[in-house]
Amino acid sequence: MKTALNESTIFKVSRRDFLKSTSMSVSGLLLGISFSCSDTTKKLTGNPDFVFTPSLFISLNGNGDVTLIAHRSEMGTGIRTSLPLVMADEMEADWNRVKVVQAVADEKYGDQNTDGSYSVRMFFTPLRKAGATVRLLLEQAAAKEWGVDVSECKAQNHEVVHSSGKSLGFGYLAEKAAALPIPAESSVTLKSPKDFKYIAKQSSIVDLKDIVTGKAKFGLDNNHLPNTKIAVIKRNPEPGAGLKSFVADKAMEVPGVLKIFTLDPPGFPTTLNKPLGGVVVVAENTWAALQGRKALEVTWNKGINADYDSHTYNSDMLRRAKTKGKVRRENGQVDSALKNAKKVIEADYMVPLLSHTPMETPCALAHVHDNVCEVWAPVQDPQGARKSLAEALKLDIKAVTVNVTLLGGAFGRKSKPDFVVEAALISRTMGTPVKILWTREDDIQHDFYHFPAAQHLKVGIDENNKVTSWLHRSVFPPIDGTSDSKAKEASGAELSMGMIDMPFAIENVCCETQEATVKTRIGWLRSVANIHHAYAVGCTLDEVAQARGVDPIQNALDLLGSDRSIEFNSLTTEFWNYGEKLEDFPWSTARFRKVIETAREKSNWGKNLPKGSGQGFAAHRSFLTYVACVVEVTVDANNKIRIPKVDYVVDCGTPVNPERIKAQFEGGAAFAASLALKSEITVTGGAVQQSNFHNYLVGRMSDSPYETAVHIMESNDKPTGVGEPPVPPFIPALCNAIFAATGKRIRQLPVRLT
Amino acid sequence: MATYQLVVNGENREVEAVPNTPLLWVLRDNLSLTGTKFGCGMAQCGACTVHLDGTPVRSCSTPVSTIGNKKVTTIEGIASADKVHPVQQAWMDENVPQCGYCQAGQIMSAVALLAKNPAPNDQDIETAMSGNICRCGTYERIRKAIKRAPNTTAK
Ligand code: FES
Ligand code: FES
Repeated sequence: MKTALNESTIFKVSRRDFLKSTSMSVSGLLLGISFSCSDTTKKLTGNPDFVFTPSLFISLNGNGDVTLIAHRSEMGTGIRTSLPLVMADEMEADWNRVKVVQAVADEKYGDQNTDGSYSVRMFFTPLRKAGATVRLLLEQAAAKEWGVDVSECKAQNHEVVHSSGKSLGFGYLAEKAAALPIPAESSVTLKSPKDFKYIAKQSSIVDLKDIVTGKAKFGLDNNHLPNTKIAVIKRNPEPGAGLKSFVADKAMEVPGVLKIFTLDPPGFPTTLNKPLGGVVVVAENTWAALQGRKALEVTWNKGINADYDSHTYNSDMLRRAKTKGKVRRENGQVDSALKNAKKVIEADYMVPLLSHTPMETPCALAHVHDNVCEVWAPVQDPQGARKSLAEALKLDIKAVTVNVTLLGGAFGRKSKPDFVVEAALISRTMGTPVKILWTREDDIQHDFYHFPAAQHLKVGIDENNKVTSWLHRSVFPPIDGTSDSKAKEASGAELSMGMIDMPFAIENVCCETQEATVKTRIGWLRSVANIHHAYAVGCTLDEVAQARGVDPIQNALDLLGSDRSIEFNSLTTEFWNYGEKLEDFPWSTARFRKVIETAREKSNWGKNLPKGSGQGFAAHRSFLTYVACVVEVTVDANNKIRIPKVDYVVDCGTPVNPERIKAQFEGGAAFAASLALKSEITVTGGAVQQSNFHNYLVGRMSDSPYETAVHIMESNDKPTGVGEPPVPPFIPALCNAIFAATGKRIRQLPVRLT
Repeated sequence: MATYQLVVNGENREVEAVPNTPLLWVLRDNLSLTGTKFGCGMAQCGACTVHLDGTPVRSCSTPVSTIGNKKVTTIEGIASADKVHPVQQAWMDENVPQCGYCQAGQIMSAVALLAKNPAPNDQDIETAMSGNICRCGTYERIRKAIKRAPNTTAK
């Protein structure tokens, strides 16, 4: 979910600085992998404890054990496996001899902010180079040992083999390699893709066994600090507003409750990194803390959003979406083209507030003592958390250590460090280690919600059955508004997620927005603004196909036009390419066409289905990855929607870890089905009305696709993200399938058939 | 506070807790058995599923005072000394987990299902697993793993 907004809003750096820092992060990484042989000072011949650390990311000891650093957060994508695999492959290490160690938060590792589906995109090549450099060093060490030319030596599967057949193990060579100068980058060659052993091959995640045996450590699973206390916080139902008064007497009577005190509210705007404040209950154990909190009597202040009613707010956005807004992309003359059109398709779309609800609620263990702070927490953005902690505790950043645990899901929620800061502030007050627990009620009622969005689309078709005009209005509060009360206008980055990057060759295009004020904390949810844009665009295209009397897939291919790289920068000044230049990652209609055509073929598109069943199609590019999706649904007499089959075709460049790509698409389909069919947050009087899974519904097994086939295009192109791209096209494909099955257009989420 | 003698994963454990403390927090806070997870606290998500005498229960909604001498089994207690449980093996063979957080609860529900019904059909699986949420959306593989598990049960 990295957009240019992300760090700029958390840490108040300008967009420009952000872009600079992104590229710096890469060079930071290169610095990280810039090799040093300082370990030669430790040179002890024959010592099995000798550790050769040629790079921040790689070390090899005299026994031949390889340790690889995972610097990105693991929240279920498999990144803790995929990036180390890349290094191991280039290095010719045996994966069974590799141990993966999670990095603490530190700038030296480069960018660690795990969102925006760019971990592999950003680090694939640098980490390949790191692995390849170590491979070359080991080959050189063997060559020297044997007194032969390095060209006769080849690293393979944890040893270096000479053309004569003799070989030396990596462990034996560790110390010898440490004595050699680091080879120039120009002498390092990357493997040819055909020689990959792990990249683009199947492999299981490193934590698999620990997970299934219950040993894996998530945010609350570290019990190693003696005297750890448990804290929960009662927060104002209206985020940001403060506390009038509270009575703690009854709460203090609960056995095990130790202390009750307040944390200041952030006021307005609430920001993306500050805790919400409230009344803190600290106890000896979790149950006591929860019982104590229940017994609190609290009177809250009302703040500026006490009048927020989501129903009124959404209706107002929808009303304004029908009126002329601020132009964000304009090509040709939409108004006159629409006037002259023979047929006009017009529709409104509404997506509600949504909550992330990762299975693991926000939580952390913190220990602040003697002017140092150490935390163990499931954070997507370890360096951001570290910075926020230093700021909140007024400590030097070096005094703050952030240990990253496994994340029990995140979907964007855990890129905000508010819960970690809470734990640290409470630990400081208590003088003991403290674990903070967010209950599910806390999570659902105080999230950084996915924002609501209203859209209006109007498409004109001329007498030759050609689509001549495309008007798209999108109204939603910008995420920036969570930190900046003046921000009311969606950013170019948010609009480049499925709106102003509309790729179809239509002569007259106009994209407009209206201002919207942020009324609660909002933030990134898996695929962000792509969710509502892809939904409206994908459903509108289906209506266009119907109006043209053309098959929906053929319709999309017709509109796509000839194969080309779309020069979006000449179509709108606000285009954003997920932080990459169009030269490096062009918008290729050929790749888009290919995934669509492949989906038509693989899904058996147009097959005969019984009454009450239907197929729907949509395609979307997000996070630089091209995805086409065909969803099949059945709707029974009770309007229960089932999804027997989903076909995805994905072009994500080099598929680094196909097994995990498949998993991301299966899970992405279930995640998208869940939000489209089930979920909705509503607000009255500034307070969220839902509280737990009985009234904030999420998809269960019977709501999820029965079978998801994922067809990955073969490619040696640069790899791009797969965490978020499954979500956007699924939603319109599902709604179009429901239309095919029932004749009912779905213009509002969640889907309601009655 | 009261003292309870529990049998957890075959071991006798003595714990002190107030009677209405959910078993979940006794396992996690008192016994440091952190494999069992909190997800909702109101029997909605299944993350906290454990067995009482082989029957799956939501430990978040089971007061410790109601356990009596029923045997408690958690995710940490289903493997044998040298081998993971066949259901755990099936989970590994199908590469089920994504983030992994819900999986202890899923596995405990599946083990209980298979103990009763070694060859469940889709409907049986859906019913038995309907109380377990996975936000990562691993449902397809959970179903596959359950179907595969009976065959891998080396008895
Ligand atoms: S935590 Fe017990 S069912 Fe959710
Ligand atoms: S694997 Fe993440 S919640 Fe199930």
